Amino acid sequence: MTSPVVELENAGFELGGHRLVGPLDLIVRCGETVVLLGESGSGKTTTLRLVNRLLDPTEGEIRVEGTSTANWNPVHLRRRIGYMIQEVGLLPHLTVEGNVELVPLLQGWPVQRRKERVAELLALVGLPPEQFSHRRPQGLSGGQRQRVGVARALAADPPILLCDEAFGAVDPVTRAALQKEFRSLIQQLEKTVVFVTHDVREALALADRIVVLEHGRSSFVGTVAEFQRNETSSVRVLRELA
Amino acid sequence: MSMFDYMIDNRADVLARTLQHMGLVAVSVSIAIAIGVPLGVLIARRSVLRGPILGLANVMQTIPSLALFGFLLAVPLIGLGAKNAIVALVVYSLLPIIRNTLTGIDGIDPAITEAARGMGMTDWQLLRIVELPLAAPVMLAGIRVAAVIAVGIATIAAAIGAGGLGVFIFRGLAMVDNAVIMAGAIPAAMLALVVDGGLHFIERKLDWRVS
Repeated sequence: MTSPVVELENAGFELGGHRLVGPLDLIVRCGETVVLLGESGSGKTTTLRLVNRLLDPTEGEIRVEGTSTANWNPVHLRRRIGYMIQEVGLLPHLTVEGNVELVPLLQGWPVQRRKERVAELLALVGLPPEQFSHRRPQGLSGGQRQRVGVARALAADPPILLCDEAFGAVDPVTRAALQKEFRSLIQQLEKTVVFVTHDVREALALADRIVVLEHGRSSFVGTVAEFQRNETSSVRVLRELA
Repeated sequence: MSMFDYMIDNRADVLARTLQHMGLVAVSVSIAIAIGVPLGVLIARRSVLRGPILGLANVMQTIPSLALFGFLLAVPLIGLGAKNAIVALVVYSLLPIIRNTLTGIDGIDPAITEAARGMGMTDWQLLRIVELPLAAPVMLAGIRVAAVIAVGIATIAAAIGAGGLGVFIFRGLAMVDNAVIMAGAIPAAMLALVVDGGLHFIERKLDWRVS
Protein backbone atom coordinates (compact mmCIF):
# COMPACT_ATOMS: atom_id res chain seq x y z
CA MET A 1 0.00 0.00 0.00
CA THR A 2 1.34 3.44 -0.92
CA SER A 3 2.26 6.01 1.71
CA PRO A 4 -0.23 8.54 3.08
CA VAL A 5 0.16 12.04 1.61
CA VAL A 6 -2.70 13.88 3.28
CA GLU A 7 -3.98 12.76 6.69
CA LEU A 8 -6.80 14.25 8.70
CA GLU A 9 -6.92 13.10 12.30
CA ASN A 10 -9.94 14.24 14.29
CA ALA A 11 -9.64 17.45 12.29
CA GLY A 12 -12.30 20.08 12.79
CA PHE A 13 -12.96 23.74 12.18
CA GLU A 14 -15.22 26.06 14.11
CA LEU A 15 -16.20 29.61 13.26
CA GLY A 16 -18.16 31.84 15.60
CA GLY A 17 -19.20 28.90 17.77
CA HIS A 18 -20.45 26.90 14.77
CA ARG A 19 -18.68 23.72 13.82
CA LEU A 20 -18.26 23.76 10.04
CA VAL A 21 -16.13 20.64 9.76
CA GLY A 22 -15.30 17.62 11.88
CA PRO A 23 -14.25 15.73 13.67
CA LEU A 24 -13.01 14.17 10.47
CA ASP A 25 -10.57 11.30 9.88
CA LEU A 26 -9.25 10.63 6.42
CA ILE A 27 -6.12 9.31 4.78
CA VAL A 28 -5.34 10.13 1.17
CA ARG A 29 -2.62 7.93 -0.24
CA CYS A 30 0.00 8.71 -2.86
CA GLY A 31 -1.45 8.69 -6.38
CA GLU A 32 -5.02 8.37 -5.16
CA THR A 33 -7.97 10.58 -6.13
CA VAL A 34 -10.35 11.14 -3.26
CA VAL A 35 -13.57 12.98 -4.01
CA LEU A 36 -15.33 14.86 -1.22
CA LEU A 37 -18.98 14.70 -2.17
CA GLY A 38 -21.77 16.60 -0.48
CA GLU A 39 -24.30 19.34 -0.85
CA SER A 40 -23.60 23.05 -0.33
CA GLY A 41 -22.67 23.78 3.28
CA SER A 42 -21.49 20.25 4.01
CA GLY A 43 -17.95 21.48 4.73
CA LYS A 44 -16.22 20.31 1.54
CA THR A 45 -14.54 23.58 0.66
CA THR A 46 -13.59 24.26 4.28
CA THR A 47 -11.95 20.83 4.47
CA LEU A 48 -9.96 21.57 1.34
CA ARG A 49 -8.86 24.94 2.68
CA LEU A 50 -7.63 23.25 5.83
CA VAL A 51 -5.26 21.11 3.78
CA ASN A 52 -3.38 24.01 2.19
CA ARG A 53 -3.58 26.15 5.33
CA LEU A 54 -5.86 28.79 3.90
CA LEU A 55 -7.54 27.89 7.20
CA ASP A 56 -6.08 26.30 10.31
CA PRO A 57 -7.99 23.51 12.08
CA THR A 58 -9.43 24.50 15.45
CA GLU A 59 -9.17 20.88 16.61
CA GLY A 60 -7.28 17.74 15.67
CA GLU A 61 -4.42 17.62 13.22
CA ILE A 62 -3.83 17.60 9.48
CA ARG A 63 -0.60 16.20 8.10
CA VAL A 64 0.74 16.75 4.60
CA GLU A 65 3.58 14.45 3.57
CA GLY A 66 3.91 13.41 7.21
CA THR A 67 4.27 16.91 8.67
CA SER A 68 1.50 18.67 10.57
CA THR A 69 0.19 21.67 8.62
CA ALA A 70 0.81 23.70 11.79
CA ASN A 71 4.53 23.07 11.23
CA TRP A 72 4.48 23.85 7.50
CA ASN A 73 5.30 27.36 6.36
CA PRO A 74 1.99 28.17 4.60
CA VAL A 75 3.74 29.58 1.53
CA HIS A 76 6.01 26.52 1.14
CA LEU A 77 3.09 24.19 1.73
CA ARG A 78 0.92 25.87 -0.91
CA ARG A 79 3.70 25.75 -3.47
CA ARG A 80 3.76 21.96 -3.12
CA ILE A 81 0.02 21.82 -3.76
CA GLY A 82 -1.75 22.70 -7.01
CA TYR A 83 -5.01 24.51 -6.30
CA MET A 84 -7.94 24.76 -8.69
CA ILE A 85 -11.19 26.53 -7.91
CA GLN A 86 -14.49 26.82 -9.73
CA GLU A 87 -14.02 30.43 -10.86
CA VAL A 88 -10.45 29.48 -11.88
CA GLY A 89 -9.12 32.83 -10.62
CA LEU A 90 -6.96 33.57 -13.66
CA LEU A 91 -5.24 36.95 -13.46
CA PRO A 92 -6.97 39.04 -16.16
CA HIS A 93 -4.01 41.39 -16.70
CA LEU A 94 -1.68 38.52 -17.59
CA THR A 95 -1.62 36.37 -20.70
CA VAL A 96 -2.29 32.63 -20.62
CA GLU A 97 1.49 32.14 -20.50
CA GLY A 98 1.82 34.65 -17.64
CA ASN A 99 -0.83 32.80 -15.66
CA VAL A 100 0.57 29.33 -16.21
CA GLU A 101 4.14 30.31 -15.34
CA LEU A 102 3.17 32.05 -12.08
CA VAL A 103 4.18 29.36 -9.59
CA PRO A 104 7.47 28.55 -11.41
CA LEU A 105 8.12 32.32 -11.44
CA LEU A 106 7.49 32.51 -7.69
CA GLN A 107 9.90 29.61 -7.28
CA GLY A 108 12.56 31.43 -9.26
CA TRP A 109 12.76 29.21 -12.35
CA PRO A 110 14.85 30.75 -15.19
CA VAL A 111 12.94 32.26 -18.15
CA GLN A 112 13.79 29.56 -20.69
CA ARG A 113 12.73 26.74 -18.39
CA ARG A 114 9.46 28.54 -17.67
CA LYS A 115 8.72 29.03 -21.34
CA GLU A 116 9.39 25.37 -22.11
CA ARG A 117 7.21 24.29 -19.20
CA VAL A 118 4.32 26.53 -20.30
CA ALA A 119 4.46 25.16 -23.86
CA GLU A 120 4.59 21.58 -22.57
CA LEU A 121 1.63 22.10 -20.21
CA LEU A 122 -0.57 23.95 -22.69
CA ALA A 123 -0.04 21.12 -25.16
CA LEU A 124 -0.86 18.64 -22.38
CA VAL A 125 -4.21 20.30 -21.62
CA GLY A 126 -5.10 20.56 -25.31
CA LEU A 127 -4.40 24.25 -25.92
CA PRO A 128 -1.80 24.62 -28.72
CA PRO A 129 0.78 27.03 -27.22
CA GLU A 130 1.37 28.97 -30.44
CA GLN A 131 -2.35 29.75 -30.53
CA PHE A 132 -3.03 30.38 -26.84
CA SER A 133 0.16 31.55 -25.05
CA HIS A 134 -0.37 35.23 -25.72
CA ARG A 135 -4.11 35.40 -25.32
CA ARG A 136 -5.81 36.97 -22.33
CA PRO A 137 -8.22 35.01 -20.12
CA GLN A 138 -11.12 37.30 -21.15
CA GLY A 139 -10.85 36.02 -24.71
CA LEU A 140 -11.19 32.35 -23.75
CA SER A 141 -14.26 30.17 -23.37
CA GLY A 142 -15.17 28.73 -19.96
CA GLY A 143 -13.72 25.35 -20.88
CA GLN A 144 -10.48 26.88 -22.15
CA ARG A 145 -10.13 28.89 -18.94
CA GLN A 146 -10.54 25.71 -16.90
CA ARG A 147 -7.83 24.06 -19.00
CA VAL A 148 -5.51 27.00 -18.30
CA GLY A 149 -6.41 26.52 -14.62
CA VAL A 150 -5.36 22.86 -14.83
CA ALA A 151 -2.10 23.83 -16.57
CA ARG A 152 -1.41 26.47 -13.92
CA ALA A 153 -2.06 24.05 -11.07
CA LEU A 154 0.36 21.54 -12.62
CA ALA A 155 3.02 24.10 -13.56
CA ALA A 156 5.57 23.47 -10.84
CA ASP A 157 4.81 19.74 -10.86
CA PRO A 158 3.26 19.64 -7.37
CA PRO A 159 2.72 16.15 -5.94
CA ILE A 160 -0.74 17.10 -4.63
CA LEU A 161 -3.73 18.76 -6.29
CA LEU A 162 -6.70 20.28 -4.49
CA CYS A 163 -9.69 20.96 -6.71
CA ASP A 164 -12.78 22.82 -5.54
CA GLU A 165 -15.70 22.32 -7.96
CA ALA A 166 -12.99 22.81 -10.56
CA PHE A 167 -15.26 22.08 -13.52
CA GLY A 168 -18.41 23.50 -11.97
CA ALA A 169 -18.68 26.58 -14.16
CA VAL A 170 -18.73 24.95 -17.59
CA ASP A 171 -21.47 23.41 -19.69
CA PRO A 172 -22.21 19.67 -19.23
CA VAL A 173 -20.62 18.58 -22.52
CA THR A 174 -17.34 20.44 -21.90
CA ARG A 175 -17.48 19.28 -18.32
CA ALA A 176 -17.66 15.61 -19.24
CA ALA A 177 -14.74 16.02 -21.65
CA LEU A 178 -12.67 17.87 -19.03
CA GLN A 179 -13.36 15.19 -16.41
CA LYS A 180 -12.23 12.43 -18.75
CA GLU A 181 -9.06 14.25 -19.77
CA PHE A 182 -8.31 15.27 -16.19
CA ARG A 183 -8.68 11.70 -14.94
CA SER A 184 -6.27 10.35 -17.53
CA LEU A 185 -3.85 13.26 -16.92
CA ILE A 186 -3.59 12.76 -13.16
CA GLN A 187 -3.21 9.02 -13.58
CA GLN A 188 -0.46 9.56 -16.10
CA LEU A 189 1.29 12.11 -13.86
CA GLU A 190 0.60 10.06 -10.67
CA LYS A 191 -0.80 13.00 -8.72
CA THR A 192 -2.51 12.73 -5.38
CA VAL A 193 -5.82 14.54 -5.72
CA VAL A 194 -8.51 15.74 -3.35
CA PHE A 195 -11.47 16.83 -5.47
CA VAL A 196 -14.51 18.59 -4.06
CA THR A 197 -17.84 18.37 -5.87
CA HIS A 198 -21.57 18.28 -5.28
CA ASP A 199 -22.07 16.40 -8.56
CA VAL A 200 -22.42 12.64 -8.05
CA ARG A 201 -21.64 11.86 -11.69
CA GLU A 202 -18.45 13.85 -11.44
CA ALA A 203 -17.50 11.93 -8.29
CA LEU A 204 -18.12 8.61 -10.05
CA ALA A 205 -16.12 9.73 -13.09
CA LEU A 206 -13.06 10.89 -11.15
CA ALA A 207 -12.78 9.08 -7.84
CA ASP A 208 -10.73 6.18 -6.60
CA ARG A 209 -12.53 6.70 -3.31
CA ILE A 210 -15.53 8.80 -2.38
CA VAL A 211 -16.09 10.55 0.94
CA VAL A 212 -19.66 11.72 1.51
CA LEU A 213 -19.76 14.75 3.77
CA GLU A 214 -22.84 15.76 5.74
CA HIS A 215 -22.77 18.66 8.18
CA GLY A 216 -18.99 18.57 8.19
CA ARG A 217 -18.69 14.85 9.00
CA SER A 218 -18.15 11.87 6.78
CA SER A 219 -21.17 9.61 6.44
CA PHE A 220 -19.51 7.30 3.92
CA VAL A 221 -15.94 6.52 2.87
CA GLY A 222 -15.28 3.90 0.25
CA THR A 223 -14.37 3.00 -3.30
CA VAL A 224 -16.66 3.77 -6.24
CA ALA A 225 -17.77 0.12 -6.27
CA GLU A 226 -18.58 0.28 -2.54
CA PHE A 227 -20.48 3.54 -3.12
CA GLN A 228 -22.52 1.82 -5.82
CA ARG A 229 -23.42 -1.05 -3.46
CA ASN A 230 -23.93 0.88 -0.24
CA GLU A 231 -27.49 0.91 1.02
CA THR A 232 -27.37 3.63 3.68
CA SER A 233 -30.01 6.26 3.00
CA SER A 234 -27.63 9.19 2.38
CA VAL A 235 -25.66 7.24 -0.23
CA ARG A 236 -28.82 5.90 -1.84
CA VAL A 237 -30.23 9.40 -2.18
CA LEU A 238 -27.01 10.60 -3.79
CA ARG A 239 -26.90 7.61 -6.13
CA GLU A 240 -30.41 8.33 -7.30
CA LEU A 241 -29.25 11.81 -8.31
CA ALA A 242 -26.63 10.36 -10.66
CA MET B 1 -3.63 95.78 -23.18
CA SER B 2 -5.05 92.39 -24.14
CA MET B 3 -4.23 89.16 -22.32
CA PHE B 4 -2.13 87.97 -25.28
CA ASP B 5 -0.14 91.20 -25.40
CA TYR B 6 0.50 90.91 -21.67
CA MET B 7 1.53 87.27 -22.00
CA ILE B 8 3.85 87.99 -24.92
CA ASP B 9 5.45 90.93 -23.16
CA ASN B 10 5.92 88.81 -20.02
CA ARG B 11 6.55 85.44 -21.70
CA ALA B 12 9.62 84.59 -19.68
CA ASP B 13 7.71 85.29 -16.46
CA VAL B 14 4.64 83.34 -17.65
CA LEU B 15 6.81 80.36 -18.55
CA ALA B 16 8.68 80.49 -15.24
CA ARG B 17 5.43 80.72 -13.25
CA THR B 18 3.92 77.86 -15.26
CA LEU B 19 6.93 75.66 -14.53
CA GLN B 20 6.79 76.70 -10.89
CA HIS B 21 3.08 75.82 -10.82
CA MET B 22 3.76 72.42 -12.41
CA GLY B 23 6.56 71.83 -9.92
CA LEU B 24 4.26 72.53 -6.95
CA VAL B 25 1.64 70.14 -8.30
CA ALA B 26 4.13 67.41 -9.26
CA VAL B 27 5.94 67.46 -5.91
CA SER B 28 2.78 67.53 -3.82
CA VAL B 29 0.91 64.86 -5.80
CA SER B 30 4.03 62.63 -5.71
CA ILE B 31 4.20 62.99 -1.93
CA ALA B 32 0.45 62.34 -1.69
CA ILE B 33 0.88 59.14 -3.76
CA ALA B 34 3.75 58.03 -1.51
CA ILE B 35 1.53 58.51 1.55
CA GLY B 36 -1.91 57.74 0.10
CA VAL B 37 -1.24 54.46 -1.71
CA PRO B 38 0.28 52.70 1.35
CA LEU B 39 -2.59 54.06 3.48
CA GLY B 40 -5.11 52.75 0.93
CA VAL B 41 -3.45 49.33 0.96
CA LEU B 42 -3.40 49.38 4.77
CA ILE B 43 -7.12 50.08 5.09
CA ALA B 44 -7.88 47.49 2.39
CA ARG B 45 -6.17 44.92 4.64
CA ARG B 46 -7.35 46.30 8.02
CA SER B 47 -10.97 47.28 7.64
CA VAL B 48 -11.14 48.57 11.22
CA LEU B 49 -8.91 51.50 10.16
CA ARG B 50 -11.13 52.52 7.22
CA GLY B 51 -13.45 54.78 9.20
CA PRO B 52 -10.76 56.76 11.03
CA ILE B 53 -8.39 57.21 8.06
CA LEU B 54 -11.03 58.03 5.43
CA GLY B 55 -12.85 60.23 7.98
CA LEU B 56 -9.71 62.23 8.70
CA ALA B 57 -8.88 62.63 5.00
CA ASN B 58 -12.48 63.70 4.40
CA VAL B 59 -12.40 66.33 7.14
CA MET B 60 -9.12 67.73 5.84
CA GLN B 61 -10.69 68.03 2.40
CA THR B 62 -13.43 70.27 3.80
CA ILE B 63 -11.06 72.94 5.16
CA PRO B 64 -11.20 75.98 2.85
CA SER B 65 -7.86 76.25 1.05
CA LEU B 66 -7.10 79.84 2.00
CA ALA B 67 -7.81 78.98 5.65
CA LEU B 68 -5.53 75.94 5.48
CA PHE B 69 -2.70 78.04 4.01
CA GLY B 70 -3.31 80.43 6.92
CA PHE B 71 -3.24 77.70 9.58
CA LEU B 72 -0.01 76.30 8.14
CA LEU B 73 1.68 79.72 8.37
CA ALA B 74 1.77 79.28 12.14
CA VAL B 75 3.29 75.81 12.00
CA PRO B 76 7.03 75.83 12.77
CA LEU B 77 9.28 74.84 9.83
CA ILE B 78 6.47 75.51 7.35
CA GLY B 79 5.68 79.22 7.41
CA LEU B 80 5.38 81.10 4.12
CA GLY B 81 6.22 79.91 0.62
CA ALA B 82 6.41 76.69 -1.34
CA LYS B 83 6.63 74.39 1.71
CA ASN B 84 3.30 75.71 2.96
CA ALA B 85 1.70 75.20 -0.45
CA ILE B 86 3.09 71.68 -0.84
CA VAL B 87 1.81 70.57 2.59
CA ALA B 88 -1.65 71.96 1.84
CA LEU B 89 -1.77 70.39 -1.63
CA VAL B 90 -0.71 67.02 -0.20
CA VAL B 91 -3.55 67.27 2.33
CA TYR B 92 -6.08 67.94 -0.46
CA SER B 93 -4.71 65.21 -2.72
CA LEU B 94 -4.82 62.43 -0.13
CA LEU B 95 -8.53 61.63 -0.08
CA PRO B 96 -9.03 60.68 -3.76
CA ILE B 97 -5.81 58.67 -3.75
CA ILE B 98 -6.55 56.74 -0.54
CA ARG B 99 -10.19 56.17 -1.47
CA ASN B 100 -9.45 54.96 -4.99
CA THR B 101 -6.66 52.64 -3.83
CA LEU B 102 -9.13 51.05 -1.43
CA THR B 103 -11.88 50.87 -4.07
CA GLY B 104 -9.47 49.38 -6.61
CA ILE B 105 -8.27 46.63 -4.27
CA ASP B 106 -11.74 45.96 -2.85
CA GLY B 107 -13.11 45.52 -6.37
CA ILE B 108 -10.80 42.61 -7.22
CA ASP B 109 -12.66 39.33 -7.78
CA PRO B 110 -12.20 37.30 -4.54
CA ALA B 111 -11.58 34.17 -6.66
CA ILE B 112 -8.41 35.79 -8.02
CA THR B 113 -7.10 36.57 -4.54
CA GLU B 114 -8.05 33.09 -3.32
CA ALA B 115 -6.25 31.44 -6.25
CA ALA B 116 -3.19 33.65 -5.73
CA ARG B 117 -2.98 32.82 -2.02
CA GLY B 118 -3.64 29.16 -2.80
CA MET B 119 -0.64 29.03 -5.14
CA GLY B 120 1.63 30.28 -2.35
CA MET B 121 1.99 34.00 -2.88
CA THR B 122 3.29 35.97 0.10
CA ASP B 123 1.43 39.15 1.13
CA TRP B 124 3.98 41.25 -0.73
CA GLN B 125 3.76 39.13 -3.90
CA LEU B 126 -0.03 39.30 -3.74
CA LEU B 127 0.19 43.08 -3.58
CA ARG B 128 2.83 43.41 -6.32
CA ILE B 129 1.62 40.78 -8.79
CA VAL B 130 -2.13 40.87 -8.24
CA GLU B 131 -3.59 43.76 -6.27
CA LEU B 132 -1.66 46.79 -7.48
CA PRO B 133 -1.78 45.92 -11.21
CA LEU B 134 -5.49 45.12 -11.04
CA ALA B 135 -6.30 48.20 -8.96
CA ALA B 136 -4.05 50.46 -11.08
CA PRO B 137 -6.75 51.92 -13.38
CA VAL B 138 -8.95 52.92 -10.43
CA MET B 139 -5.95 54.23 -8.47
CA LEU B 140 -4.85 56.33 -11.45
CA ALA B 141 -8.33 57.79 -11.75
CA GLY B 142 -7.91 58.96 -8.13
CA ILE B 143 -4.47 60.40 -8.85
CA ARG B 144 -5.93 62.23 -11.86
CA VAL B 145 -8.66 63.80 -9.72
CA ALA B 146 -6.06 64.76 -7.09
CA ALA B 147 -3.77 66.34 -9.70
CA VAL B 148 -6.53 68.38 -11.33
CA ILE B 149 -7.71 69.66 -7.93
CA ALA B 150 -4.09 70.48 -7.04
CA VAL B 151 -3.64 72.55 -10.24
CA GLY B 152 -6.63 74.65 -9.22
CA ILE B 153 -5.76 75.05 -5.56
CA ALA B 154 -2.12 75.83 -6.35
CA THR B 155 -3.25 79.13 -7.91
CA ILE B 156 -4.34 80.27 -4.43
CA ALA B 157 -0.91 79.36 -3.06
CA ALA B 158 0.42 82.59 -4.56
CA ALA B 159 -1.26 84.31 -1.62
CA ILE B 160 1.29 82.82 0.75
CA GLY B 161 4.27 83.47 -1.50
CA ALA B 162 4.53 80.05 -3.13
CA GLY B 163 4.55 81.49 -6.67
CA GLY B 164 2.93 79.73 -9.58
CA LEU B 165 0.32 81.06 -11.99
CA GLY B 166 -1.74 82.46 -9.11
CA VAL B 167 0.76 85.33 -8.98
CA PHE B 168 -0.81 86.80 -12.14
CA ILE B 169 -4.30 86.32 -10.75
CA PHE B 170 -3.54 88.12 -7.49
CA ARG B 171 -1.57 90.79 -9.36
CA GLY B 172 -4.51 91.30 -11.73
CA LEU B 173 -6.93 91.53 -8.82
CA ALA B 174 -4.78 94.22 -7.19
CA MET B 175 -4.49 96.13 -10.49
CA VAL B 176 -8.17 95.47 -11.36
CA ASP B 177 -6.86 94.27 -14.73
CA ASN B 178 -8.64 91.34 -16.33
CA ALA B 179 -5.88 90.78 -18.87
CA VAL B 180 -3.39 90.07 -16.09
CA ILE B 181 -5.90 87.82 -14.27
CA MET B 182 -6.47 85.87 -17.48
CA ALA B 183 -2.72 85.54 -18.02
CA GLY B 184 -2.73 83.37 -14.90
CA ALA B 185 -6.17 81.79 -15.15
CA ILE B 186 -6.02 80.61 -18.78
CA PRO B 187 -2.66 78.79 -18.52
CA ALA B 188 -3.84 77.27 -15.20
CA ALA B 189 -7.02 75.98 -16.83
CA MET B 190 -5.04 74.66 -19.79
CA LEU B 191 -2.58 72.99 -17.45
CA ALA B 192 -5.50 71.26 -15.67
CA LEU B 193 -6.79 70.01 -19.01
CA VAL B 194 -3.37 68.76 -20.08
CA VAL B 195 -2.82 66.99 -16.73
CA ASP B 196 -6.29 65.45 -16.96
CA GLY B 197 -5.80 64.30 -20.55
CA GLY B 198 -2.26 63.04 -19.98
CA LEU B 199 -3.16 61.02 -16.91
CA HIS B 200 -6.28 59.74 -18.61
CA PHE B 201 -4.10 58.49 -21.47
CA ILE B 202 -1.78 56.67 -19.02
CA GLU B 203 -4.84 55.30 -17.23
CA ARG B 204 -6.10 53.78 -20.50
CA LYS B 205 -2.66 52.34 -21.25
CA LEU B 206 -2.54 50.66 -17.84
CA ASP B 207 -6.10 49.41 -17.99
CA TRP B 208 -5.98 45.64 -18.43
CA ARG B 209 -9.71 45.63 -19.17
CA VAL B 210 -9.25 47.41 -22.51
CA SER B 211 -5.91 45.95 -23.62
